Amino acid sequence: MMTIENIKTNTNFSSPLGVRGSLDVKGLTIDAKNVDFYYSEFHALKNINFEVNKNEVVALIGPSGCGKSTFLRLMNRMNDLIPGTRMTGSMLIEGQDIYAPNVHVDELRKEVGMVFQKPNPFPKSIFENVAYGLRVNGIKDKTFIEERVIESIKSAALWDEVKDKLNKSAFALSGGQQQRLCIARALAISPKVVLMDEPASALDPISTAKIEDLIHELKKDYTIIIVTHNMQQASRVSDKTAYFYLGELIEYDQTIKIFTNPEKLSTQNYITGRFG
Amino acid sequence: MTPVIQAKNTDRKKRNSQAIAFTIFKLMSYSVVAILFIILGFIVIRGIGVISWDFLTKAPEEGMTKGGIFPAIVGTLCLVAGSSIFSFPIGIMSGIYMNEYATESKVATFIRIMTNNLSGVPSVVFGLFGMALFVNTMKFGDSILAGSLTLGLLSLPLVIRTTEESLKAIDKSYREGSLALGATKLQTIQKVVLPMAFPNIITGLILSIGRVSGETAPILFTVAAYFLPKLPTSIFNQVMALPYHLYVISTSGTDIEASRGIAYGTALVLIVIVLLVNLLANGLRNYFSKKVKTN
Repeated sequence: MMTIENIKTNTNFSSPLGVRGSLDVKGLTIDAKNVDFYYSEFHALKNINFEVNKNEVVALIGPSGCGKSTFLRLMNRMNDLIPGTRMTGSMLIEGQDIYAPNVHVDELRKEVGMVFQKPNPFPKSIFENVAYGLRVNGIKDKTFIEERVIESIKSAALWDEVKDKLNKSAFALSGGQQQRLCIARALAISPKVVLMDEPASALDPISTAKIEDLIHELKKDYTIIIVTHNMQQASRVSDKTAYFYLGELIEYDQTIKIFTNPEKLSTQNYITGRFG
Repeated sequence: MTPVIQAKNTDRKKRNSQAIAFTIFKLMSYSVVAILFIILGFIVIRGIGVISWDFLTKAPEEGMTKGGIFPAIVGTLCLVAGSSIFSFPIGIMSGIYMNEYATESKVATFIRIMTNNLSGVPSVVFGLFGMALFVNTMKFGDSILAGSLTLGLLSLPLVIRTTEESLKAIDKSYREGSLALGATKLQTIQKVVLPMAFPNIITGLILSIGRVSGETAPILFTVAAYFLPKLPTSIFNQVMALPYHLYVISTSGTDIEASRGIAYGTALVLIVIVLLVNLLANGLRNYFSKKVKTN
């Protein structure tokens, strides 16, 4: 079986973050320093410092509007799409400042994949949905694409359900299947980090459980940041939890500590459901 | 058994006014359909008698009181094709620019206001403008080229607007999904957004064809010939066209009474063409919206 590492060497993916092969994976995978973020005049994130090690699962929690999704979207520069936004501070991924002028945003997004709140498969076949990321990144080798697509669908625990209908429309899948397809799609281009923005909030409990199991599996190969409104989910899937409130990172620690013995009162109030 | 809740007077009033309102709305919408059918029926009854193979394939004869309307059909098709070649690429690309690249910029807002104004300009003004610019200044003369460009200008706002609206209807989550996989903006537009918007865009394009094929005023001073039984051989020829032909034989023909039948026949052909174009639009939209989901 192909491993993620040798897939990388098989493809032409140059590192987005600098010269290929120069990445030092010993350091932190994500290292945000003094991050401030503004939507026009609105100060949405205030002096965030945040570090993630390789292969960790980190949950971002907090009430609606606290800035957790905004922070997530800073890691693959999705906020660039919103006019009038501004960031200060630095966001390093594997030691490289992803907001440096020489970073191409499409190259960055190959390394930092994303799964959205609402399943958003393209109006294409199941196969083509997963192959999309490879194709737009210039990969033409048919055998490689096929192997990669199959492997990604298997990694997303979807293979048994779709193996006989790879050429059928992705729209024919259920919501939960569509979301796993979107995860497969993100995995196909072998990202280092996978960002998940409330990936299970639109799904039923069984599909949610499947996504959570999947996150446990994916942890072996990927660093995962997940935004969630579901406390149980955060405690089940993550190693560390970050609690955001009103644009500030109030507390960031081992998940077990946050949920059993938080240091801040605000955190305690939130996780016990006293507000939010 | 007595009902648990007795209907009070106010309840009855509420329900009555609701019933009256719905009846009025229903009558109004039915009457629209009725009017359409009356017009169609009127023209079909008066015109069906003159429709024959000869009518569709022969040139007018004897001062346009006999013969067919073939040159006018050909002329209208030429103008439709010519104006489409001009307005589709420009309109679609402008629409893409405005919705995908310059959404909220001042430039886009300005273009949007201008296109809206452009679509409010009476078509006869387009005709006058086309004559001044294409026929006289650019020296194309009365020609298919000048007429097509004028009609193209007329349909441009519609094409731009349809494209923009069709693109706007595509949820931004699809764009984000594509961008998040490392696709560029152009790739996202080409591979995800346009295929999804295509069924609606094509409907808009075909409806603009319907509009163009029925316009009289813009071709009046730029291309339309009063009587020209010859078929065009170049884009610098004049042609006859169905709407203008209809106008001519109804108002200034050699013998208006004698050509009355031909006038209804011409109107029928024109309506059938527009109807077919609309049906085609629907068919294509259904076909492409099925296709876009599976490949």
